Amino acid sequence: MTPLAARGLRKSYGGTEVVCGVDFAVEAGECYGLLGPNGAGKTTTLKLCLGLIEPDAGAIELLGQPVPRRAREARVQVGVVPQFDNLDPDFSVEENLVVYGRYFGIGAAQMRKRIPALLEFAGLAGRADAKITTLSGGMKRRLTLARALVNEPQVIFMDEPTTGLDPQARHLIWERLRRLTQEGKTLILTTHFMEEAERLCRRLAIMDRGRIIAEGSPRELIAQHIEPQVLEVHGQGYEQWMQRAKTLSPRVERVGDTVYCYGADIDPLLRDIPKDLSYLHRPASLEDVFLKLTGRDLRD
Amino acid sequence: MRWIAVWRRNFLVWRKLFAAAVLTNLADPLIMLFGLGYGLGALLPSVEGMSYIAFFAAGQLCTATMFTASFESMFSGFSRMYGQKTWDAILYAPLVIDDIVAGEIVWAASKAWLTGSTILGVAVVFGLAHSPWVLLAVPAAFLVGLAFSAVGVIMTVLARGWDFFSYYMTLVMTPMMMISGVFFPAEQLPAPLLAIAKALPLYHGVQIVRPLIAGGPPPALWLHVAVLLAYAAAGYVAAIYFARRRFSS
Repeated sequence: MTPLAARGLRKSYGGTEVVCGVDFAVEAGECYGLLGPNGAGKTTTLKLCLGLIEPDAGAIELLGQPVPRRAREARVQVGVVPQFDNLDPDFSVEENLVVYGRYFGIGAAQMRKRIPALLEFAGLAGRADAKITTLSGGMKRRLTLARALVNEPQVIFMDEPTTGLDPQARHLIWERLRRLTQEGKTLILTTHFMEEAERLCRRLAIMDRGRIIAEGSPRELIAQHIEPQVLEVHGQGYEQWMQRAKTLSPRVERVGDTVYCYGADIDPLLRDIPKDLSYLHRPASLEDVFLKLTGRDLRD
Repeated sequence: MRWIAVWRRNFLVWRKLFAAAVLTNLADPLIMLFGLGYGLGALLPSVEGMSYIAFFAAGQLCTATMFTASFESMFSGFSRMYGQKTWDAILYAPLVIDDIVAGEIVWAASKAWLTGSTILGVAVVFGLAHSPWVLLAVPAAFLVGLAFSAVGVIMTVLARGWDFFSYYMTLVMTPMMMISGVFFPAEQLPAPLLAIAKALPLYHGVQIVRPLIAGGPPPALWLHVAVLLAYAAAGYVAAIYFARRRFSS
């Protein structure tokens, strides 16, 4: 069974179409990423898939249930990590999980048996009685992740799971998410963090202005859409050198005071760079694909 | 019955903050009851054949129930919905907005019922009511709570900010309290005001509770019950309608 499939999804708010014909299918046990700049329609797509809002057009099937008609039944086996933590501030760590379990019809006694393992998973062992206000941002995120697992879900939706976390906290979350996929869970996450997408997602879709503009594994996307090597050059006199670079590289781009050269073989360029220019030579990344496809304009 | 999980969530918070919640819910109405009741009661020996404080106790029971139901469903409810985003978290689970609305209404009515029942208990302890009829005021308090909670949740799901509730409180609740026979018999009001009072739920609550405290069956009991039930039912339906609208966009 395909855990999640969406066809022809459309959603408008006040005359503005924010999701304009989105199609995708997530395979069991994979981590699927929705990547896009702010306002690309990622969160709206997630909400549509969960049945929290109704699409104007299109069909969604989540764990074999048509959504939104039978979204409630589908959500029995779904976990959600929202973009902004909405833990219950009046409760302790443990109470948050017990109360949340009740929404799934899980009794307090049964929940208390699951809690030690959940807290262990979230790196919150020994914190059962801590108040939410005493937790760090990373701890809250991990507790939110634990909360999404109270019902032992098949599919877990995550909306920007590591936004706002420091590198240590982020790596811990990534490690836990990998563990979930190893356990066979299906993960669907939105992010605008290329590194996150590259590390976690088996496949991903790049969204922009309500559409999926590319889909594939991170490597496929890099191979399909961008030259393998990148050279970033900046410093006094970069404009002059840029003219020479254009004769040596198949694609040269200027952004502000930096020249980006893309190509399969960058060596002729490297030999040609004058001493007084600074440069960075690196393999192409998903971020290059993303910026190429969605443009460099600010989105706010 | 999924809404019970919502009710239990609120109950658990209340239990944790029990002392503060009870104090704020009960201290105010009881101070009013004894202050006004004995103070004014010294000037007005008897109203409608009752001591003024017993007369006022019926009005104060309903008013305090109204205020508890309204504060809980509006200010606390809005904080859960808007500030803490607790409703959003609940909606990821196999619950829908209708369950949350039902849970919130019944919860606020339960809290209001506790306020009303406690005031009733105090009235009995102080000898303001003697007859077993007064026991019927216990379910009556729940009904009053239900009517005001349902209307309160409508306000909550319509509110864009905290200020919105001030309008409802100042323009609706305060005048309603003045014309519903809480402090003085509503029948002495000019006819148009009395007609307005009769269209509002508080008047009907007072009309049920006052005869019970006096020690007899309320005249036209079923009419008053029907009006309160109608407010609760219509409020529930409207609250669900507006909540769905808010949460689907």
